[in-house]
Amino acid sequence: MKILVALKRVADPANHNKVKIPAAGDKIDTAGLEWQINPFDLYALETALRLTEDGKAPKTRLGEVVAVTLGPAETETNLRSALATGADRAIRVDTTDDALDGRLVAAALQKLVEEEKPDLVLMGKQVVDGENNYVGQALAELLDWPMATFAATIKEEAGGLLVGREVDGGVSTLRVKFPAVVTVDLRIVAPDSVRSSKTAEGFKYPYEEVRFAPLPAIMQAKKKPLAVKKLADLVGGATLSSKYVKFEAPPARKAGVKVKDVQELVQKLATEAKAI
Amino acid sequence: MADILVVAELTADGKVRKTTHSAITLAKLAQPALGGSFSILVLGASAKAAAAELTGFGAAKILACEDPSLANYVAEHYAPTVAAVGKGFGLVVACASSFGKDLMPRVAAKLDAAYAGDCSGVSVNGTQVVFKRPMFAGNAFGHVQLGTAIQVATARQSEFEPAAPSGGSSPIEAVAKVAPGAAASRVEFVSLEAVKSARPDLGEAGVVVAGGRAMKEKFFDVLNPLADTLGAAIGASRAACDAGYAPGDLQVGQTGKIVAPGLYFAIGISGAIQHIAGMKGSKTIVAINKDAEAPIFQLADYGLVADLFQAVPALVEDLKKHKAQKG
Ligand SMILES: Cc1cc2nc3c(=O)[nH]c(=O)nc-3n(C[C@H](O)[C@H](O)[C@H](O)COP(=O)(O)OP(=O)(O)OC[C@H]3O[C@@H](n4cnc5c(N)ncnc54)[C@H](O)[C@@H]3O)c2cc1C
Repeated sequence: MKILVALKRVADPANHNKVKIPAAGDKIDTAGLEWQINPFDLYALETALRLTEDGKAPKTRLGEVVAVTLGPAETETNLRSALATGADRAIRVDTTDDALDGRLVAAALQKLVEEEKPDLVLMGKQVVDGENNYVGQALAELLDWPMATFAATIKEEAGGLLVGREVDGGVSTLRVKFPAVVTVDLRIVAPDSVRSSKTAEGFKYPYEEVRFAPLPAIMQAKKKPLAVKKLADLVGGATLSSKYVKFEAPPARKAGVKVKDVQELVQKLATEAKAI
Repeated sequence: MADILVVAELTADGKVRKTTHSAITLAKLAQPALGGSFSILVLGASAKAAAAELTGFGAAKILACEDPSLANYVAEHYAPTVAAVGKGFGLVVACASSFGKDLMPRVAAKLDAAYAGDCSGVSVNGTQVVFKRPMFAGNAFGHVQLGTAIQVATARQSEFEPAAPSGGSSPIEAVAKVAPGAAASRVEFVSLEAVKSARPDLGEAGVVVAGGRAMKEKFFDVLNPLADTLGAAIGASRAACDAGYAPGDLQVGQTGKIVAPGLYFAIGISGAIQHIAGMKGSKTIVAINKDAEAPIFQLADYGLVADLFQAVPALVEDLKKHKAQKG
């Protein structure tokens, strides 16, 4: 199986409450926050690795995993870390974040997919900065491929995947045939959420969430192929169609109080908050 | 001048889901910019019956696409029809439920339309709709304008009051299902395992009681009596869902359900930024945590430092007493 994994970098998600919005409201300033791979995309990479291995022998790649990002030269750090965890090759589409919107990303990925011809495209269900939740579904439509979004479990079958999806009110299960697009949700990294055709039933990965790259792999990753493409070569003269005209900070909540016991809580909820 | 199309969402048993009413509200707020009317598209195996539920909201028409192959929602079967109908409109909207989030980007791509997902508000700038979107786990809002001839957007349910019936009687028109593309032939609906619950829907409840990792296997033992007493929906942190104490669809947060009830209880929840993003719009927030330094206390209107296994049963007793007194 050949899998293309799309990755985007985001400012440290655990510190999103530290972003600043200047008085002019013209940007979201993430200065001081470290760049990381969007956590859901990291989960997509882990999923791709699990689907191209026997869980018992994760050092042997039984398929090909190609990691892709769109961004400036420094995003190669993120691609190198994907290579160190097990991806075989990487592609960077040279551009800057402010030159992109969802439509351009989907269009660029469509061209890459047409060149690379993977069986499966994997990515996170959303990026945690822009939170638009768009690219995977749009890409599937542009390719006229089936999709399974919000995947919490994946089982490889002949010619496709059985995907359990977390939806409002429960779990929806879809069967998709290759080639397909799958976007992954949080629970996809549970120890037994993803099973390739080579991994034994009942196998559980012995770690939480995602694997880490051992030091030698980090060294080897420097030698793995990393190609750079120009955005214009993929999307021609296409331009932005979403324009952010203003940013603002959320309103602050007024500070609350501590209550000493349950009785005081109930009394305050009744008389002060009038919530019960 | 352009019209707006609202895509209705149906429940598994074919009724109009309340999420639809939030999407109608978005449409009504955007109407002054586009200057036209709004219509509603209903798709499903019993779309006509559901359409009849929507005739009193002031829509120009209700379009009903009834087809047995639409019984179970699958994006590849729905998107071609939504896009074909959507071609005649300037803006196509739905609620940002898992249905809308799954379907609408696909529709947008088919219509070559720009997309604003999970909007928390809309405003009007001349003839432009300006979409307000939460970003960075709710730590910033962006106001975005879309530059394509047709635009597609989804509404965050907790931020748009459900539209109330406004009288009148919109005509219902049947529309034929558009033949799906190659994608549809490679996807098969297998099952929908609905978590059965007599409790109110998490997104619509007036009170939510949410538990975290601290609940352990006692999650429902502790929370059920409290939820019963308050008529509340039950929510959970990611840690509680990941550990299997609660099903995944109860997760509240940036990447789970976004809720904004009148009253929210965070019990044994530390208050990670991703959790807060999903509930900080609640009117009154109560936190119960044994760690006085837990970040949730910075957000809570009322904080109780206590062991939840003692505090919650005591709270249930006291709430019952209060209820009895109130009569
Ligand atoms: C990509 C990504 C997306 C995420 N999305 C979400 C999301 O949508 N929603 C979400 O909730 N999280 C999300 N998270 C996870 C989030 O970062 C936190 O890990 C999670 O919210 C923690 O859950 P918790 O508060 O239950 O657990 P913990 O952080 O472990 O907190 C447990 C709390 O319980 C208290 N406690 C323990 N015992 C008791 C007791 N006996 N009585 C009272 N209090 C007690 C402790 O003091 C502590 O504060 C996401 C993370 C990532 C990386």
